[in-house]
Amino acid sequence: MERVVRHFQEELEALQSRLLEMGGLAEERVSAAVQSLVNRNITAIERVLYGDEPINALHVEIDNRCFKLLALHQPMATDLRAIVAAVKINTDLERVGDLAVNIAEAAKRYATHPPVKKLIDIPQMGDIAQGMLHDALDAFVRRDTALAQQVLNEDDRLDSLKTQIFRELLEYMLKDLATVEPALDLILVSRHLERIGDHATNVAEDVIFMVSALDVRHHTPNTSV
Amino acid sequence: MTRLTSALPTRESSPHPTPTRIEPSADVSLKIDVDRLSFFYGDKRALEDISIQIRPNMVTAFIGPSGCGKSTFLRTLNRMNDIIPGARVEGRVSIDGENIYRPGVDVVAVRRQVGMVFQKSNPFPKSIFENVAYGLRINKLTTNRSELAGRVEESLQQAALWDEVKDRLHESALALSGGQQQRLCIARALAVKPDILLMDEPASALDPIATQRIEELIYHLKAKFTIVIVTHNMQQAARVSDFTAFFWLGRLVEYERTDKMFTAPSEKLTEDYLTGRFG
Repeated sequence: MERVVRHFQEELEALQSRLLEMGGLAEERVSAAVQSLVNRNITAIERVLYGDEPINALHVEIDNRCFKLLALHQPMATDLRAIVAAVKINTDLERVGDLAVNIAEAAKRYATHPPVKKLIDIPQMGDIAQGMLHDALDAFVRRDTALAQQVLNEDDRLDSLKTQIFRELLEYMLKDLATVEPALDLILVSRHLERIGDHATNVAEDVIFMVSALDVRHHTPNTSV
Repeated sequence: MTRLTSALPTRESSPHPTPTRIEPSADVSLKIDVDRLSFFYGDKRALEDISIQIRPNMVTAFIGPSGCGKSTFLRTLNRMNDIIPGARVEGRVSIDGENIYRPGVDVVAVRRQVGMVFQKSNPFPKSIFENVAYGLRINKLTTNRSELAGRVEESLQQAALWDEVKDRLHESALALSGGQQQRLCIARALAVKPDILLMDEPASALDPIATQRIEELIYHLKAKFTIVIVTHNMQQAARVSDFTAFFWLGRLVEYERTDKMFTAPSEKLTEDYLTGRFG
């Protein structure tokens, strides 16, 4: 029995470390995508565009690990919640990787136009989104619900920055029709960053569920299973 | 279903956890109400202050490590422990509001109302028909042969065995497979029309297919009976039961809705047991 439990624990730790590796890659790619947009660096943009494979491979591998752990060990209680959380976090991180590609696509188009303005709010959104992702994964490793809650609180900042960016760019577009195409790409990027924040929020919610069995999604606090 | 109001204990582990007491709500009748039951084998206290309320037409599973007292407790629910020399009970077990340990209670009548199925199927070395008819005959519960035959058929139907044995009712019960023998024992228990069925690891000696049939049977039987099952197989408890009680060292540690117990138990001891990090 003890040997079997230890074996399960090792598998669970391996799953956690693969998930962290994937989180690290997703973070890096968000940061690289925003940097490539700001610097208008085509090489960097293409690196993001064509560099999604490691995340996709991890996505499949992590799902398989979870599937096997569920089938072979039939975990219960906290172990069951950890694996269900891992399946969901895995999906969120893979989507973050896809959104980084979407940002790079917008950056590639944006680089073909003269800059609309100096980019300030978008890099700030990038920093917040990346920080949320980092903290959500930290909360996952440390099983820290307070840190997960902080991630949830951060989401409002991203939402208001996105609204602010939209209003500002709308003015540019009304004044000068030539800015419509590049400005729309910037609006898209802000939308992608806001979505990345949403995925980080999902991860934080999964951490809270995993640790305390509380379902805090959709603003329904204190709903336990 | 009426939501149970339970005073959930904190997650901190304590050497003597307080059992989660599920208080009866006014609109739900209780089938079995156990109040501060202790059980002694001579000087040794095997069960300590167990209080639990079991609801009608539900399956309640008792889980816990070997020697935790779950089978002993199961047997206190129909006074099967009475036959053990030096055994003594304190506290109260009420079935439909009647304390079955009250002096003057007819123990045979209690066991008729509270049937039992054991780990090892134990058919009598008689025909299939006679196994089921046995309790009806000795209790004189039927008045003529056709009524007897009707009750035997009904019981075998309820135990999902009828179709397999209807053409060989007068063959020896010992010729049946292990799973069929266990369902025969269930039919035998059902023949005297109990309203509670106690099952002590009813499927632990059976293969997965026979086990599945017993589990399906349990699911169907709960429409008519209140079922209490002891099992070492936690997946089985999770599959078949509505409520689960976790016993440890003769105490009731946690009693909860099964879906809650197996996904988010309240007690650390339960968590450690379910995740195999016990001891």
